[in-house]
Amino acid sequence: MLKNLKLQKKHGLYIPLIGMAIFYLLPMYVMLATGFKSFAEVDLKTMWNLPQGIAFDNYIEAYAKLAPSLWSSAKMVVPAALISSMLGSLNGFILAKWKFKGADIIFPLILFGMFIPYQSILIPFVQFMNAVGLTGIPGLIIAHVIYGIPITTLTFRNYYASLPQELLEAAKIDGADMLGIYRHILLPISMPSFVVVLIWQFTSAWNDFLFAVILTSNTDWPVTVALNNMAGSQIISWNVQMAGSLLAALPTLLVYILLGRYFLRGLLAGSLKG
Amino acid sequence: MNKNKDRYLSIILISPSILAVLIFVYGFIGWSIRVSLSDWKGLNPNYTWAGSKNYLALFSDPRFHVDIRNTLIFTGVFVIGSIVLGFILAVMLDQGLKGEGIFRSIFLFPMAISYIVTGVVWRWLMNPAEGSRMSGLNLLFDSLNLDFLVNRWHTTPIWGMAAIAIAAIWQMSGYTMALYLAGLRAIPHELREAARIDGASEFQIYRRIILPLLTPISLSALIILGHMSLKVFDLIIAIAGKQLPLDVPAIYMWQTTFDGLFYSRGAAIGILLLISVAVLIIPYIRYTLKAED
Repeated sequence: MLKNLKLQKKHGLYIPLIGMAIFYLLPMYVMLATGFKSFAEVDLKTMWNLPQGIAFDNYIEAYAKLAPSLWSSAKMVVPAALISSMLGSLNGFILAKWKFKGADIIFPLILFGMFIPYQSILIPFVQFMNAVGLTGIPGLIIAHVIYGIPITTLTFRNYYASLPQELLEAAKIDGADMLGIYRHILLPISMPSFVVVLIWQFTSAWNDFLFAVILTSNTDWPVTVALNNMAGSQIISWNVQMAGSLLAALPTLLVYILLGRYFLRGLLAGSLKG
Repeated sequence: MNKNKDRYLSIILISPSILAVLIFVYGFIGWSIRVSLSDWKGLNPNYTWAGSKNYLALFSDPRFHVDIRNTLIFTGVFVIGSIVLGFILAVMLDQGLKGEGIFRSIFLFPMAISYIVTGVVWRWLMNPAEGSRMSGLNLLFDSLNLDFLVNRWHTTPIWGMAAIAIAAIWQMSGYTMALYLAGLRAIPHELREAARIDGASEFQIYRRIILPLLTPISLSALIILGHMSLKVFDLIIAIAGKQLPLDVPAIYMWQTTFDGLFYSRGAAIGILLLISVAVLIIPYIRYTLKAED
């Protein structure tokens, strides 16, 4: 009887939960519904109505405008994520298992780099990158790799530090050297951390705007910059902007839907709570 | 012998990363500080010593005062909103309801999206047009007979930043939810049971036992969200472009540096931002690393 009452009380929670879910999904609904309307049907006054049929006008037009920048983003994000995760793994391994003198000072110094406002390094950064001729997509890859070192190192360090030291000691007795231990013992069991870091770097590089707007021009704009310009222009109508937003969000959304668990772990690592 | 070899090898392998961080973070900060103390205005670098001139100019600059006010409004609404909402969502999800995973995914998905996409969509949701041109959320409120909610969003004088903060709450509250949920799961069930047996009400349990136990998480959320709000840039650009009523230090820095070529002034803004972030983050890093040992 009492248990039943408690259960009923709990079921009452579905009302606020569903209400909140609607709040979170509202922007998604507008993006999707608008995207699937035909040009004839699009009107700000009926933006909350469901589409009367399924049309692709908006997506086709948005894709025609955004395709080059979607490719720019892809070309930048894949190498940035791969290089970042390999560097992070190596750094994390060394910091966790081969403590050298000064490691306790170096690690917090690296961590701080994760939180700095990039406005405080932007002027030297632009001067430097221009001076060495590293602009466009290659420059962006380097920016994401270098400013990604703190988070990737942290994620791997925490993972490797959680592994028992005996694992290494046994290998050492068998005569394995540092690189041998890394390659044959740690690397094969690092897959989950690689997924976390790959997703994290993929998402943050794909979503970045500040470095993108500063290092690229209209020939190689990543999609965030292209979408923002599209939204700022008076000629491109709101419905195409909505469809474009969905196209720009789709890659990271798919990653989130497929690998949400790992995404969450990266998120918690980013607050030093991994 | 072998041990020494490994030691050298590990130093050699990690030094490129350390060097990169030293140069790209600390070297560039130093360089920015130098620029902020110069007279550099125009395309060509000019490192003539100007002392604290740029900082003093900012402190008496009306635009910078607007920036500080806007940052305070944004930070207040965004941080409090995200923490309260995140906590409530986490508590509801912690009750062991069916479908918890689906709700969690829904609350968290905005985190995967860029500020630019969020901004472009919310720009249309928060369309301030009135009368027959009404659209977005105002139209929704109007048709649901919730007229009192119809408002001018980010075009509201002074409090416009609060509307931008709503979009930011939409994006980030799932993150605080995830933090709190992880914290709630770590609290042993026996603790609640014991309190219940002692006759404590559910509200008392949360108020007296759970909330205090979650203090470290609330602190983390406060600091992480607080430092994010100091850096807010993309979201405002995508919702409203660069306009004075919604100006913040990051946008001022951008405009004065790259549009106005006033490099020394821009560098000073960047350094002030860095100092305000450092005040939050350095104690946080020290505290977290100490707790780890």
